[in-house]
Parts: sequence; C-alpha cells; structure tokens
Amino acid sequence: MASKMAITLDVNGTEHEIRVEPRKTLSDALRGDCGLTGTNVGCEHGVCGACTVLMDGAPVRSCLMFAVQAQGRKLRTVEGLAASPGNGGKLHALQQAFIDNHALQCGFCTSGFLMLAAGTLEQQPDIDDASLREVLSSNLCRCTGYQNILRAVRQVRDAGKGGAR
Amino acid sequence: MKAGSFEWHPARSADEAVALLAEYAPQDGRVIAGGQSLVPSMALRLAFPSHLIDINGVEEFSRVRVEGGELVIGACVRHAAFHAPVEPGPLGRLLTQVVHNIAHYPIRQRGTFCGSLANADPASEWCLVAATLGARMVARSVRGERVIEASEWFQGIMTTALEEDELLAEVRLPLLPAGSRAGFYEFSRRAGDYALAMALVAWRDDGGTMRDVRIGTGSVEVQPRRIAVAEALLEGRAASPEAIAAAAAAVSADVDPLEDIHTSADYRRDLVGTAVRRAHAQAGD
Ligand SMILES: Cc1cc2nc3c(=O)[nH]c(=O)nc-3n(C[C@H](O)[C@H](O)[C@H](O)COP(=O)(O)OP(=O)(O)OC[C@H]3O[C@@H](n4cnc5c(N)ncnc54)[C@H](O)[C@@H]3O)c2cc1C
Ligand code: FES
Ligand code: FES
Repeated sequence: MASKMAITLDVNGTEHEIRVEPRKTLSDALRGDCGLTGTNVGCEHGVCGACTVLMDGAPVRSCLMFAVQAQGRKLRTVEGLAASPGNGGKLHALQQAFIDNHALQCGFCTSGFLMLAAGTLEQQPDIDDASLREVLSSNLCRCTGYQNILRAVRQVRDAGKGGAR
Repeated sequence: MKAGSFEWHPARSADEAVALLAEYAPQDGRVIAGGQSLVPSMALRLAFPSHLIDINGVEEFSRVRVEGGELVIGACVRHAAFHAPVEPGPLGRLLTQVVHNIAHYPIRQRGTFCGSLANADPASEWCLVAATLGARMVARSVRGERVIEASEWFQGIMTTALEEDELLAEVRLPLLPAGSRAGFYEFSRRAGDYALAMALVAWRDDGGTMRDVRIGTGSVEVQPRRIAVAEALLEGRAASPEAIAAAAAAVSADVDPLEDIHTSADYRRDLVGTAVRRAHAQAGD
C-alpha cells in the first residue's frame, strides 16, 4: 500500500489540510476527509455526474480525479453556493430556481446539476438553449424528467444571474 | 469501485516525464493525462497500475500550434480546447464539429486529444480523425524521439505502436487546404454515449469535382480505417447523390463489423453506410 501524502485542498476558499493515499478520489476526499458531504457519489466511474464540482471555474467529475491532483487548484462545491448562515444564508439564484421550478425530487443529483449549471453560466452567461441542453445532458437524474431542470437553469440565465445569490 | 493502490509521480517537464516513465514503466507504471478513461478503468479494477506518471503539470504539453502546415497538439491539450476553432481553416471547423460528440462537457474539461490516441478505443472520434486525415504521432522516450504514421499507429482494439517507455508527446494533423470540405456524423443511443458507428468524409472541391477524397469509419471495426474502394468511387467525380450512395454502399460492403450486446454486425454494416451519407451532407465549406 502506498503511504499517505499530506496535501492541502482549497475548497470554497477554505484550506483543508488532509492526509490521503494517492488512490483516493477527489470526491471521497471532499466527503470523507474535508467533511463536505454535499457532493454526492453515484456511479464512481464518470457516467452520472452526481459528483460534479468546479475546479478553477470549470465543472469536472470529482470521481475521475485523485485528490492529490487537486492541490493548488480552486475547488468549489455545493456548500459554497449559498451565503453562510452567519451571512444571512441567502440561497444562490440557481438553488432558488430549482426550488421554484420543482427541479428536484429525491435530490441525489441536485448538487451535481447545480455545480454543472453554475460553472456553465459563469463561463457562458449567454449560452443558447441548444448548447445548454447539450451541457445539461452530461448528468443523470432518475426523478425529474429533466424538463424542470432545464427550465430552472434557463430562468437564471434569462435573469442574468448566473453567478449571483 | 475504488482504485487499487499506486504511487503518484507528478512530472514538471517533458524530460522529467520520460525519465519517470523509463524508470517506472517496467514496474507497471503508466502515464495519466486527463484520467477520463484510466480512472474509470482503475475504479472498475480493469487496470491496476503500480505507478502513475502525471503529466498534467507539464506546461509545454498544454500547447496547440500551427507549424509547417500541421496542427500540432500537445500531450495535455484538453478536448474542451476544440470547443472553438483552434485554427481559422477547414480543419479547425471540423474539429469543433467533432468535439461535441465526445463524452460530456465536464469530461471534455479534463480528457485530452493525445490521451484518446494513446487509449485507441475503436469508438474514439479523435482516432477516426487521425486515421482519416493521416496524423503523425510523435513518441518521446529517454531513447529519443520518433514519428509514427497513423497507418502504423493503430494495432487493434486499444493497442498502438507506442512502446511502454514512450510517451505520446504530440499529434501532428495536416491542415486541410483552402477549398476543402469535411463532414462528420455519428450515431449513438444517448447524448454523450460512445457511437455505434461514425464516419468522416473530406475532399477538396475543384470546381465541382471531388479531389483528394478521404472516407474514414470508426466504431465499426477494431480500429478506425480509410476505405480505399469507396474513396476511389468519388475521386474526380461530381458529388451527386448517386455517387455518394454508391460510395456509402461500398463502405458497407467493405467493413468487417464488430458485434456486441448493443449491435449486430449487420446493423452496424447498415448504419455505417448511413453515417457516410450523413457525414457527406454535413460537410461545410
Ligand atoms: C462517461 C464517459 C463517456 C465517454 N465518452 C467518450 C466518447 O464518446 N468518445 C471518446 O472518444 N471518448 C469518450 N470518453 C473517454 C474520454 O474521451 C477520455 O478523455 C479519453 O479516452 C482518454 O483521454 P485522457 O486524457 O482522459 O486519458 P487517460 O484516461 O489519462 O489515459 C488513457 C490511457 O492512455 C494512456 N495515455 C494517456 N496519455 C498518454 C500519453 N500522452 N502518452 C502515453 N500514454 C498516454 C494512459 O496511460 C491510459 O492507458 C468517455 C469517458 C467517460 C467517462
Ligand atoms: S459519481 Fe462521478 S460521475 Fe457518477
Ligand atoms: S432528483 Fe432524484 S435523481 Fe434527480
């Protein structure tokens, strides 16, 4: 067994000093070592997108990276979307739009979809409907039938609030 | 669903990467680029490397440039780099058309062009592009550098001419001359899935006559391949629907299709003909 390595992960602006084996995925380190269980793990081989987080602003599958590879990168997870409770706790526009549009049922896929949508709208605030559909087809939802997710994200795009609370 | 144990060796330069590979390849070490094929196969315990040489931190590998009539794509250029044309000519436009068929948006942020070539999945879009347009692969090791032609590169399912201590440092794609037209089409069951069949058709338009015709198929046989008999049917001809249909039929007749749980050989044979016709119809200016 390879020995553990001491690494620092910058997640939502907070530094987490953890010790992990190289084989530990970023998703497992976020959940198990940083205590950030908002990122869900479904398939663990890149198919479902439940584990999507932002790395230096780009949405990536955190189950398809090893935690040691994320040192020095800026990570963002679903915990970083809403304002902290001490700061009023206001939801991100995407979170509010998901609630308003019934874009979640069981919620297992939701953090992945939120991070995918957040990263996409920050990179491409004026993304057209066809491209948005292509991007959102990256992740799986077993409950909603997708239309409400599309509606929620389009609403936030149209309001020009992709990066805002 | 957890990967087996390995030692991680992040390389900071190309020289360091090939030195690490020379040291660890004999001990079951290999390169990790985007990890979008390797990490899932490690999670599924299909792959058990003892050492990973990580090339993500090698600055010089992230470059794509035009040099001597070729597009030179470095070892760590991501699929996402092609979301917008990387060069203003027909090749840049073709690559942008093709990239949207590869996996999903987040996977394209990590996965690399060269990683796809090294992985040599029969269903890889980039492998089809490389085989059809005649890419040259630059392999580097501590022993030096050598260039491998596309016709030599592919050696069957997920097998290439690369030696275990060699790193695919860059892929060189010939630019398509002005006046070229190129189109791509693939059929897959769901967005982002691996294709069941795909085709790429490229030619130079010489006042309505097709010249330098290239027709390639992927996801049909063990490796992507140009279909010479079909190309010959179009060379020097006008691009009439009858001529295209005849070329598509020749492709279907020539291939030796793979069979799997998704598709019978007959279905694939039929599908690839349709893919050729649609790829031709998709060809832009
Ligand atoms: C859900 C899902 C869907 C996908 N769909 C598609 C699809 O439709 N089409 C498609 O083409 N791909 C698809 N992929 C795979 C994806 O495109 C990968 O990015 C690609 O196959 C490999 O590139 P990589 O950089 O991720 O390589 P890695 O996963 O890092 O490596 C793959 C293999 O190549 C070797 N390797 C990588 N780079 C080098 C190098 N420079 N020199 C020597 N060896 C090297 C590695 O050692 C390893 O054996 C999909 C992946 C997933 C998870
Ligand atoms: S858990 Fe990462 S894609 Fe499914
Ligand atoms: S809300 Fe249940 S999987 Fe999407």
